[in-house]
Amino acid sequence: MSFDLEFFNIGYLDTLSYKDTFVHRIDPRIKIIVSFIFILFVVSFQKYEVSALMPFFLYPVFLLTAGNIPLKAIAKKIVFVSPFAVFIGIFNPLLDTGVILSPFGIPVSGGWLSFISIIMKFVLTVSTALLLIAVTSFPGICEALERLKLPKVFVIQLLFLYRYLFVLLEESLRMIRARDARSFGKRGKEMKTFIRLISVLLIRSVERAERIFCAMLSRGFRGEIKVLRRHTINAYDILFLIISVTMFYLFRSFHIVNIIGETVGRSFR
Amino acid sequence: MHMADALLSPAVGGAMWAGSLGTIIYCAKKLRDKMDEKMIPLMGVLGAFIFAGQMINFTIPGTGSSGHIGGGMLLAILLGPYAAFLVIASVLTVQAFFFADGGLLALGANIWNLGIYPCFIGYPLIYRAIVRKNNSPKLITFATVLSVAIGLQLGALSVVLETRMSGITELPLGTFLLLMQPIHLAVGLIEGFATAGIILYVRTLRPDIVDDIEGVKSVASGVSLKKVLITMGILALITGGAFSWFASNHPDGLEWSIEKIYGKPEIHRKLNPVSENLAKLQEKTAILPDYSLPSKDGGKAEETAPSWPAVEPGTSISGIIGGLMVLGLVIVFGFGIKAMRKMRDRA
Repeated sequence: MSFDLEFFNIGYLDTLSYKDTFVHRIDPRIKIIVSFIFILFVVSFQKYEVSALMPFFLYPVFLLTAGNIPLKAIAKKIVFVSPFAVFIGIFNPLLDTGVILSPFGIPVSGGWLSFISIIMKFVLTVSTALLLIAVTSFPGICEALERLKLPKVFVIQLLFLYRYLFVLLEESLRMIRARDARSFGKRGKEMKTFIRLISVLLIRSVERAERIFCAMLSRGFRGEIKVLRRHTINAYDILFLIISVTMFYLFRSFHIVNIIGETVGRSFR
Repeated sequence: MHMADALLSPAVGGAMWAGSLGTIIYCAKKLRDKMDEKMIPLMGVLGAFIFAGQMINFTIPGTGSSGHIGGGMLLAILLGPYAAFLVIASVLTVQAFFFADGGLLALGANIWNLGIYPCFIGYPLIYRAIVRKNNSPKLITFATVLSVAIGLQLGALSVVLETRMSGITELPLGTFLLLMQPIHLAVGLIEGFATAGIILYVRTLRPDIVDDIEGVKSVASGVSLKKVLITMGILALITGGAFSWFASNHPDGLEWSIEKIYGKPEIHRKLNPVSENLAKLQEKTAILPDYSLPSKDGGKAEETAPSWPAVEPGTSISGIIGGLMVLGLVIVFGFGIKAMRKMRDRA
């Protein structure tokens, strides 16, 4: 249960997204585009790359600190979703045992390198996705998707989904509490009970949708929903786009880590 | 079985995005032509229902552990393929943003893996084909279980293929398939029986929801095998096109696999004048142009040399030193911004 609660604790990210900082104010379109480019750059590294990925931590750290987002909230969520990447990656050290480098005489196999690389890519991409929502807000994302020319039906029902998510989550939490109050230990979780609970929840949802539709009609709904446009792209947004993409490109084509490492190594010599 | 960004190459991720985006636009167009206005709130609320329903867990028979439903096929049966595909895509979008399930690049692949198969294979070609004439409870159960199981098998197969094509994992294809397919067969059967149970129970209480959402049925009945095959063919062409576009524009990501095939990663350097110039600049600015510390233990380097790809120990040590330094700089940068923020708040 605690896993589920943690997993579904999405209201918290939502509250974070209503802060007002520099990154919160950047146009959502720009943030989505920059984050997507960031992810493309990160995953474009070959599978044994570890050190060249380090500079890329700059971007999530920037979103985190400039957006005033608590690190703990993001870190917790990353840990909760890590199992699949770990599951796929953990076979690499077992299967790829050729030693490809041995710093300070410690042999490191290719498998371990690629495993660490997968985990680093995972942390970078996942934290960026979480931070993107934490500094943008979901309605902001929807506005951006609509203005990036995604189909309107899709965007509108995405907004609907988000709005009713919280209502229905509370409804199902009440049902779960009622079930737990009426059953002991593992009882009450049989398939039969489950099917009935879900079915009732489904019917309630459909009936709610019918009521919502009536309410919409009575407020003048004609099959069109206007999505609120609150953002405009200004000079700061363009600057943010240019600076970040240039930095990603430099990080990708220059091996900054090695350059720094060599400089330091030489000065000790 | 959500894909993760870390397991995808840009080419595969981009190709899957192209395919999924194309399908979203296609479905939206289909719905715009024929949709009942009632569907808009219904789609949104049912998407939220999938989340809420996933909170309610049940004991998996015979194992004692607990699980929850995925709900793709349930949506397809309730809403018809086009609306259901959009709802599944939205559910996955919310999951990608809020739970970081997968990630943004992998979202395209996830929509494909979990949306296409129930909506455009499982529902029209299996479920509808079986239930069309005779909708007795037994037949509905059979059709649901079969379509859910096949949909999940195809989804799991796609995960395997996408990961393989990205070249991230070392798992041999056979082992990978053996790991994924049987698990998802079990998951598919359980999910299938749960879905069938829900369909049948809802049918006893509100038969109209399952059998008779009129706008939906008229949209749904237009799906034929021929159409599906043609659409899939076109989508394959689009994804193939996107794939080759990515391959030519982002040689870096494919460098590795191309290196494996041709053994000549150098070809691309000439194709891209920008990176060529940058490489020259890089050589000028770098303190040691060939990237490597004069290694003290040259003898050891020779010992490890045969294992491929031979990385010089000098490079790896400067990699470690530099990596730690950069990480330190990033942390300092973070604290710097925090301190600036605090100072501004006080002012």
